[in-house]
Amino acid sequence: MAVGVAVPVVYLVLRALEADPATLADLVWRGQTLRLLGNTVLLTAGVLALTTAISLPMAWLMARTDLPGRRLFSLLGVLPLAVPGYVMAYALMGATGRSGMLATLAGIELPRLSGYAGALLALSFSTFPYLFLNLRAALRGLDPALEEQAQALGMSRGKVFWRVVLPQLRPAFLAGGLLIVLHVLGDFGVVSLMRYDTFSYALYVQYTTSFDRIYAAWLALMLLALTAAVLFAEARLLRGLLYHRAGSGGAARPARRLRLGNIGRWVACLPPTLVAGVAVGLPLAATGFWWLEGSYLAAATVGAGDVLTALADSAAAAAPAAGLAALLAVPVAYLSVRRPSPLTRAAERTAYFGYATPPLAMALALIFFTLRAVPGLYQTLALLVGAYALRFLAEAIGPVRAALYQAPPRLEEAARALGRGPVEAFFATVFPLLRRGLVVSVAFVFLSAMKELPLALLLSPTGFRPLAVSAWGYAEEALFAQAAPFALVIIAFSAAFVGLLLWQEGERKGR
Amino acid sequence: MLLEATGLTRRFAPGDAPAVQDVDLGIEESEIFAILGPSGCGKTTTLRLLAGFERPDAGTVRLDGRMLCNADSGPGERFVPPEERSLGFVFQDYALFPHLSVLENAAFGLKGQPDAEARAEDALEKVGLSGLEDRSPHALSGGQQQRVALARALAQRPPVVLLDEPFSGLDALLRQETRDRVRQRFKDAGTTALLVTHDQQEALSFADRVAVMKGGRIEQVGTPEEVYDRPRTLFVAQFLGRTNLLFSEAEGEEAETPLGRLRLSRAAEGQVLLSLRPEHLTLEAAGKQAASPGEVVDRAFKGHDITYRVAHPDGAEYLVHTPSRVTFAEGDEVRIQPQAPAVVLERGDAADLQTGEANFGKAN
Repeated sequence: MAVGVAVPVVYLVLRALEADPATLADLVWRGQTLRLLGNTVLLTAGVLALTTAISLPMAWLMARTDLPGRRLFSLLGVLPLAVPGYVMAYALMGATGRSGMLATLAGIELPRLSGYAGALLALSFSTFPYLFLNLRAALRGLDPALEEQAQALGMSRGKVFWRVVLPQLRPAFLAGGLLIVLHVLGDFGVVSLMRYDTFSYALYVQYTTSFDRIYAAWLALMLLALTAAVLFAEARLLRGLLYHRAGSGGAARPARRLRLGNIGRWVACLPPTLVAGVAVGLPLAATGFWWLEGSYLAAATVGAGDVLTALADSAAAAAPAAGLAALLAVPVAYLSVRRPSPLTRAAERTAYFGYATPPLAMALALIFFTLRAVPGLYQTLALLVGAYALRFLAEAIGPVRAALYQAPPRLEEAARALGRGPVEAFFATVFPLLRRGLVVSVAFVFLSAMKELPLALLLSPTGFRPLAVSAWGYAEEALFAQAAPFALVIIAFSAAFVGLLLWQEGERKGR
Repeated sequence: MLLEATGLTRRFAPGDAPAVQDVDLGIEESEIFAILGPSGCGKTTTLRLLAGFERPDAGTVRLDGRMLCNADSGPGERFVPPEERSLGFVFQDYALFPHLSVLENAAFGLKGQPDAEARAEDALEKVGLSGLEDRSPHALSGGQQQRVALARALAQRPPVVLLDEPFSGLDALLRQETRDRVRQRFKDAGTTALLVTHDQQEALSFADRVAVMKGGRIEQVGTPEEVYDRPRTLFVAQFLGRTNLLFSEAEGEEAETPLGRLRLSRAAEGQVLLSLRPEHLTLEAAGKQAASPGEVVDRAFKGHDITYRVAHPDGAEYLVHTPSRVTFAEGDEVRIQPQAPAVVLERGDAADLQTGEANFGKAN
């Protein structure tokens, strides 16, 4: 499996090194590259800033005040995960502009969103839950005694927030921020729809429009290097951050909630309502609007048959990928839990690396690899299935790992003492306990693969048009009505994914 | 010897101190043997080495003359995996299979045998669990789970059953009762058992012989009476119960001590460290002839006996355990009267004394 990740990257490097130094210098060290780097960094920084501005106050309102409807708002803070970035971008584009939803229904004519502003909004509203969830959990977990102690030492409430609360949120901020940064670096759907030049978008354009794929290979490598730098920086920043309670002065109490007052309570409801409206309400409304528009314009409609074909295509890739990922997850999780060694840890790391790798770079590496080494695999469903399995392996490992912790090694040893060999002992005792975790793993990978875009776009066999590719293809040509039914189906699958996530979270807490 | 180990050594990481070092053990047929030691002393690792869950770095294990494991002979190295050793094992947390019923758990080791179900039912009946065969392990109390684990291990009639802290998960009242019942059952059936525990009461009352372990090594092996009454080392003396320690000058069979001239357990010369259990001392009212009377500083009445703390003019305090009819009050002048020879502890242990409490061993 580690081979499955490492070998294609080697081919990517080989391909990139084919150019002679002179053309290379010409090709790579030009203004274009610098501009792409600037755009990518600018977008990443902007999304980080905007998601923080959304998440921090919202997390604080939910965790530390008596805001009415906190549970509902918390749910609304997770639901945006059900709207993939490219659907969010599609919704923003479909809502604005002269013939957009806002203009048609309310007479509000905004210029159609595109470029930096469009990408920034679409990415921020579809990824902020990663940060919101982390910050909310951290704010809830803070020991209130620390704040009281600071107040007792003469600090004002405001100072306490800056000097005691905020520093303690750093690990949560780093964890959520990392997910968002990886997401933005890997994003292709949003930047392509908004036509904002980043590494991913340029890579795709280079790959599809130009014969020379060396520059595409270099862009992929630079994107990989940027991702690696982010992961490295994260590891450095996290080192030595141990902020759990020191000492044992009894159990920690839940934090005190600030009373907002009668009017304040309702005023404070406004910002979260607005965020939820944009992040959840808008995509649903815009997709619904264009779907209805489509049914008026009979000529432009996409038939139910087209949607079903796309659904079948998506499932044909997602289902075997889910099975394969779960199959790979069992030995990886088992070895890393039961026989921790540098080798097994490395195997697990690769799984997470597959998750962090920008999907376009991964797709390109796989293309070079298959063209050179196994041409028979190029443009086959098998390759797409394999790519999905590698990309979403980390999602499959989580639940299996959690289930393994419920099955202590003593069980296998007991079976061994009762006369069963190692393999038989595993299947008689541990495997039955993994079943539930495996079902969850399969479901996670299946639902993720159902809405995946960039891998499907580059690796699909000819004539294969899964849901995501269809929705994106129509949206890219501004055929919003045609894209709508596909987008709706994708939202439904993503909502199932989030539902599963919430259910599993509840299970874990209930235990 | 039914189960025999020689020179067992296990190191978890190269360069680390061995978790188990040079351990020799021999368990006789129908014997109940206990390995006793504080947590981290290597007792559980020893048990796991015998069961085959761990591979030793050196040493041998034999069962009834058959070589189970030989890590000494280089090329002729031999290791029988746990499933081929047919030893019964009872885990501290019982390790019941949560997806199987009580009966399926008990029958797990009998797979493929024609009378598996009947034998599992028989094993459950012997531990008093008849009628619960179809329950899930989750639906049982801690005591019942422990009995299922025992029935599962005994159902395949192992030559030796190994038990890793099997009673530590039970509350105090149930523990005593279960222990007594299990011991009775083992004795009735002639079961050979090896138990690992950190509870000295449990080891002393449950086992026929006890090995006391510390830092990966066995310090002393003997009957409960031997290890309690004649500890070989300071550690054994303190770990098995409270004791009074005295430095003194030995002259052959006797020694001059703050409590007067005492008889010794064995002949010695020069400075020695002596151990005197509180119940081997008694108190007398200080007569006028007493040269150095002590004073009762504290008394704890426990029903069947009383523990006195007596301050001696030499500056030390002594613990004295008397039957409850010997009554003194705080402040009484008393004389400490030894009733048994003082035990001479092995040299080399005096250094340990600086770290421990001077006078009292581990509290009961």
